[in-house]
Amino acid sequence: MSRRLLVVACGLIYFFLMLPLLVVFPISLSSAPYMQFPPPGFSWQWYERYLDDPQWIEATWRSLYIGVSTAILALALGVPLAFSLVRAKFRGRAVIERLALAPIIVPTIILSVAVYGIFAKLKLIGAWYGLVVAHTVLALPFVVLVMMAGLRDFDRGLEQAAEGLGASRWQTLRRITLPLLRPSLVSAGLLAFISSFDEVVVALFLAGANMTLPKKMFDNILMEIDPTIAAVSVIQILLVSLVLVLIGRFGRGLSGSAR
Amino acid sequence: MQESAELRIEGAAKRFGEVAALDGVSLQVARGELLTILGPSGSGKTTLLKVVAGFEKPDAGWVKIDGVEITALPPARRDIGMVFQNYALFPHLTVERNVAFPLEMRNVAKPEIVRRVAEALALVELAGYEQRLPRQLSGGQQQRVALARAIVFNPRLLLLDEPFGALDRKLRETMQLEVRRLQRRLGLTTIFITHDQEEALVLSDRVAVMNKGTIQQIATTTEIYERPANDFVADFVGESNIFHGTMSAPGEVTLEGGRTLKVRSDKSAGAKVGVLMRPERFDTGGANLFTGDVIESVYLGTSFKLRLACAGGLELLVRQPARGPLPATGARIEVGIDPKAIHVF
Repeated sequence: MSRRLLVVACGLIYFFLMLPLLVVFPISLSSAPYMQFPPPGFSWQWYERYLDDPQWIEATWRSLYIGVSTAILALALGVPLAFSLVRAKFRGRAVIERLALAPIIVPTIILSVAVYGIFAKLKLIGAWYGLVVAHTVLALPFVVLVMMAGLRDFDRGLEQAAEGLGASRWQTLRRITLPLLRPSLVSAGLLAFISSFDEVVVALFLAGANMTLPKKMFDNILMEIDPTIAAVSVIQILLVSLVLVLIGRFGRGLSGSAR
Repeated sequence: MQESAELRIEGAAKRFGEVAALDGVSLQVARGELLTILGPSGSGKTTLLKVVAGFEKPDAGWVKIDGVEITALPPARRDIGMVFQNYALFPHLTVERNVAFPLEMRNVAKPEIVRRVAEALALVELAGYEQRLPRQLSGGQQQRVALARAIVFNPRLLLLDEPFGALDRKLRETMQLEVRRLQRRLGLTTIFITHDQEEALVLSDRVAVMNKGTIQQIATTTEIYERPANDFVADFVGESNIFHGTMSAPGEVTLEGGRTLKVRSDKSAGAKVGVLMRPERFDTGGANLFTGDVIESVYLGTSFKLRLACAGGLELLVRQPARGPLPATGARIEVGIDPKAIHVF
């Protein structure tokens, strides 16, 4: 009886979460010239419009390489940071840990305004790498959290064993530690990518004329609302879902061990 | 092939905060010898092993291999093979790559690596398992891989840190004998760490019994069992009846309860002494007779284990060959022990 209730409750929650998709998917395939639900007929026209519009494609590519660059930079900073936070003992460690996680807590809009002020002085508004820097700040907490979880579970006896068998610190890191942390590295990198790829607030402030995909979508909704936006949404949802599947397959979460 | 080495430790001390994990430990292991360090948890035996392996730096004292001091040398440069308690196999590498690891770190040529890995795996009877991952192996097999990995680079010294703890009894006994055979065959100087006194007796040339950061006694296995140096060793190794008393006359001890025992000892009269009687050394007669009520009797297959309450508050643990009926609780029986069989310390 209680089991059946649980199934019903889960079903309802699932339905609630899926509702937007149930609307967006059909509209993206609509034959009507404006937003209409349910759609009167089937057509690929909105996907065609997206693919034929160089502005959309350019925005998509820009989001992709900004996302990838953000992931790389966030890993380069976050992995060493996580190592020192978990393994080293030094004064102010707790403070640094909280600072690293602060971007999750500070409202993005506040952060955006602050970064805008600095970037305006540095003439970084509109530069794609400026956006990478700002997105890295937002992505860093994810990388640090995932890597810290991975490192806390890591059996340091394995590193000791490697050193006892003749490996230098560097060889131990490269041959033992990093390969064993690969699931965490994969998760951290992909999460950093998604956090940038989906990000709109910072992009609104910093992207200038060089649109990222979320900013282009936002502008599009303001200007001319037509089902192209639904088609773009579907493409973005599929892309992010793919990344999440990759995390499930090759990565690991914040808790629980890999595979 | 590299010669197995001789190890010397002198005055090794290590404190962790208030606790002295090692309190001035000195010992020597001869070339090709298997020395067991036996002690309860917290006795400092693992710290001692870490000092030898280079994972801990002692606060004082030194470690020498073949007369060369290695106290400050990092673990990677000590050429010591080690088998860890939980094996510490690299889970992402196959058996072959695990065993090849120490050779790769020493830049051994590829064909040589292949040959020596095959040799080491054959030695531990794991040929054919090269491509398995550690998690696809049983506990005993993992143990063998760890052993192969520890000896494949001809280490100067082999360290075994309670390697059989996780195995069931039967497998443990097989592995013990296998390690012993391998160690003898390779002539490897070996330090073996355990808290299991039975294991220590089976494996070792000599045993060092540790407690509270100091070595209580270093001696051959028979010496440790028959002639323990103090209460701790007598109590920790094997079953025992330990009493305290005074030498009241040459060859006679008066126990604290007033009972006198005929013993063989050259301790001078008036000396405070400890007396050890092993349960299996009791007989039906002898120069020292005890009459007691059975307060506990257990059938153990080959023997009876009896607890007797004797006159003067004396309680004895006695083992008798399992012949005839098991003495019932409450029965009054008489046992005796020869002066030769009593150890005075």
